[in-house]
Amino acid sequence: MSKVLLQVEDLRTYFFTRKGVVKAVDGISFYVNEGETLGLVGESACGKTVSALSIMRLLPEPAGRIVGGKILLDGTNLLELDKKEMRHYRGRVISMILQDPMTSLNPVYPIGDQIAEAVRLHQGLRDEKVTEEVVSALRLLKIPSPEVILGNYPFQLSGGMRQRVVGAIAMSCHPRLLIADEPTTALDATIQAQYIALFKDVQKKTNVSILFITHDFGVVSTMCHRVAVMYAGKILETATTREIFKDPKHPYTSALMQSVPRLDQKGGRLYSIKGQPPSLRGLPTGCRFAPRCPVVKPVCREEEPPEVEISKGHFVSCWKAK
Amino acid sequence: MDTTRLVDFDKLARRARPKRIFFQLTFIIPVVVLSVVVILAIFAPLVAPYPYDQINMSERLMPPFFMEEGNTSHILGTDHMGRDVLSRVIYGAQISFSIALLVILITSSIGTVVGIISGYMGGRTDAFLMRVTDISLAFPAILIAILLAATLGPGYWTVVIALSFLGWAPYARLMRGEALQLREADFVTQARTIGASPIRVMVRHIFPNIVNPLIIIVTLAVGMVILTEAVLSYIGAGIPPPNPSWGAMVEEGRVFIDTAWWISFFPGAAIGLVVLSGNFLGDWLRDKLDPRLRQI
Amino acid sequence: MADVLLEGRDLVKHYPVKKGLLQRTVGWVRAVDGISFTIERGRTLSLVGESGAGKTTTAKAVLLQEKPTSGTIFFEGQDLNLLSRAQLKREYRPRLGSVQQNPWSSMDPRMKVRDVVAEPLVVNTKQSKQQLRSRVAELLEEVGLNPELSENYPHEFSGGQRQRIAVARAMALNPSLVVLDEPVSALDVSIRAQIMNLLKDLQGQYNLSYLVIAHNLATVRYMSHTVAIMYLGKIVEYGEGENLFLQPLHPYTKALISASMLTLPEDEEKGVKQVILSGEMPSPMNPPPGCRFHTRCTEAMPECSQTVPELRDVGGGHKVACNRV
Repeated sequence: MSKVLLQVEDLRTYFFTRKGVVKAVDGISFYVNEGETLGLVGESACGKTVSALSIMRLLPEPAGRIVGGKILLDGTNLLELDKKEMRHYRGRVISMILQDPMTSLNPVYPIGDQIAEAVRLHQGLRDEKVTEEVVSALRLLKIPSPEVILGNYPFQLSGGMRQRVVGAIAMSCHPRLLIADEPTTALDATIQAQYIALFKDVQKKTNVSILFITHDFGVVSTMCHRVAVMYAGKILETATTREIFKDPKHPYTSALMQSVPRLDQKGGRLYSIKGQPPSLRGLPTGCRFAPRCPVVKPVCREEEPPEVEISKGHFVSCWKAK
Repeated sequence: MDTTRLVDFDKLARRARPKRIFFQLTFIIPVVVLSVVVILAIFAPLVAPYPYDQINMSERLMPPFFMEEGNTSHILGTDHMGRDVLSRVIYGAQISFSIALLVILITSSIGTVVGIISGYMGGRTDAFLMRVTDISLAFPAILIAILLAATLGPGYWTVVIALSFLGWAPYARLMRGEALQLREADFVTQARTIGASPIRVMVRHIFPNIVNPLIIIVTLAVGMVILTEAVLSYIGAGIPPPNPSWGAMVEEGRVFIDTAWWISFFPGAAIGLVVLSGNFLGDWLRDKLDPRLRQI
Repeated sequence: MADVLLEGRDLVKHYPVKKGLLQRTVGWVRAVDGISFTIERGRTLSLVGESGAGKTTTAKAVLLQEKPTSGTIFFEGQDLNLLSRAQLKREYRPRLGSVQQNPWSSMDPRMKVRDVVAEPLVVNTKQSKQQLRSRVAELLEEVGLNPELSENYPHEFSGGQRQRIAVARAMALNPSLVVLDEPVSALDVSIRAQIMNLLKDLQGQYNLSYLVIAHNLATVRYMSHTVAIMYLGKIVEYGEGENLFLQPLHPYTKALISASMLTLPEDEEKGVKQVILSGEMPSPMNPPPGCRFHTRCTEAMPECSQTVPELRDVGGGHKVACNRV
């Protein structure tokens, strides 16, 4: 049966700034199975990108620090590795794709060199073998005429093609976990559809696990097997994609889904969640969503709800959902 | 395996608070120095112990008070004509700062206007104005100053004219660059959509948003202008004796440098102090207002 | 009878591509290549398409930011080409409002909110300070903001609030038509609904017409009455939103809809297939011959590479430009 590849337990990442401590990620736990895609959904400043950077241990120092928790990759706690060991993991075992393909690629080097750099670093192969690996990475991402693309510079490619190249770099060393931070947000709708189909194909071929960060439920529905919904540094609900859409248990999840117009529904008025996401500097006591929650109870403002497994594989942190 | 003690929470929180003293020193010292010098410059006649041109041959070449043979009647000593060095340095501040003020006012005004119009309007206006700017930049500064001095005669206004003539072009370049960037900003497009005239856009939207780099350049320019004036006076193309321009004083003391070093030293030190303070202040302002300009 | 506020007829906008020292024109970017549309009073027309489709260029033409290479814009029946610059400023500009995509850059960071909102009034009318102040307060209340906040600067507000300020500014002159370029795509998901609802309310209250540029079909469906799907400078499908979404006729429309739908597990069971296009949008400098979409079309026929399909009405105002239809 499916084996757990990545297990994050009670991760806390804080930023120590002049104006105080920002609790960007404040105790989140989730897992990703082998060959599976977990979607991390949330709005801006909910902590999803910081979570990804924490796993990669690429936080901006000295301000950002992981202050607690465990990140277990196939049993090894990444937080206990020293810098050298972690570098071995980065790129080889865990890879990351970022949102903006324009800045992910170095404009002054040809594509082939950029992919080869990753391959050389991690596999220590000789030149001919390196080229072979590079071409096979390009083919995996269905990039046409790979031999020609090798010599091209990033500016000669379109946005969608560049994002594929970024994907090729990420996959070139056969990682076991791929973290994708909003990789499709900057792409046009039809290109996005292509890209997602492509990634599903890559996943099938390589059995890579994917942590897919996004704010778009449409992408979640197509790409992810399971979903975790984040808000203000906490995970409020985790479930399979099917469950989340059929039966969201947390008020935030259902409010969010109702506030997003769906193409297949000519609805009446959209539900709009009142207020704004809270500042992560001075958080109120109790549930973080309480100030905006449509079904808030007094206990919600006093105590933070614990995470409860409400049905198999479906976790919620909510007083109301019990 | 408890990994929650990965980090000393309190230590990190404490360390993040700003190092207030150091940051403020780099601001306070230059401001204090410059303020003192400016005040001395303004109140020179009241503060200086002697008139700057009072010749007293019996007290010539007296060393500063802290050396033997010096005494407190002439704290920084006297020069070869018996004139009090301290008083001349103080009056010299008047010259330096008044020239700096005038020149900066003139050059920054002309340069900013030219730059903004050039950058915002673009097209032929831009091409024309930039050619004029290039021509101005191409002039060899010192030679032109000497030429002007030779034609108009050395003096206060000659220096002002020379430095203004040569100094506006860098402002034009800088402001043009800023205006070019801002031209494409969304809020500028909005203003034009509403029907705002180009003049309104330039005055109301472009200029206020490029004031920051301007302030920085102006602060750094103070030191530059004072130094240039000193150089000009030193080579004789600036303000001639008996005027106590710091540059001229340094030149006058040159021949006495091994016997009466104080004649050149104190005006030279004044130049250095003011230029340094101006630069520190400019750097501090730049870091506060516009870190993009780090290469200047 | 529909009351037409603005009509665009056969609009064309080509940008020259210049190269070399002598700046010779080596080619043309055919951003908009002959489109026609109407916007009725009190209703919303959305221009939908991906980047490079020409929708932003069209909006710029309506806002007089770009002059069309050819074609006409009629406003309340008046041909805008026949008006002088002064007439345009006096009679046309005040009837427009504009809301841009990015709420962070669309406001002068050095102006207070009250000046930002008042600027259209200051430029176009002569009003006393008192009159301006009360009008600004009025406008801010309309968009759901506390008028006392007008002394603050834009950066002190959140993205959603700033977009509200932008709407207030757009409404300052009591426009008939507001052009909105991706009004919610830069906002957080939970804030989008707030803004979209506000826009719909204002439309109802003031009988406003909207020209919306968007790429998100779900947003478009929620906000629009009429929809124009654009591809490489041409309109490929045009009609009432409901007709278009329930019965899309053009293969590109079908692909867009497919890309925007949630993929629910039930769909796979029902055998609903995704339409995924191959390749990417060609460059507007070199549009493919015949039907511009044929290089990516899943339903292309041999004649599609030769015959340029006309935009034809297939009933009830639903128009398609496709050789298959």
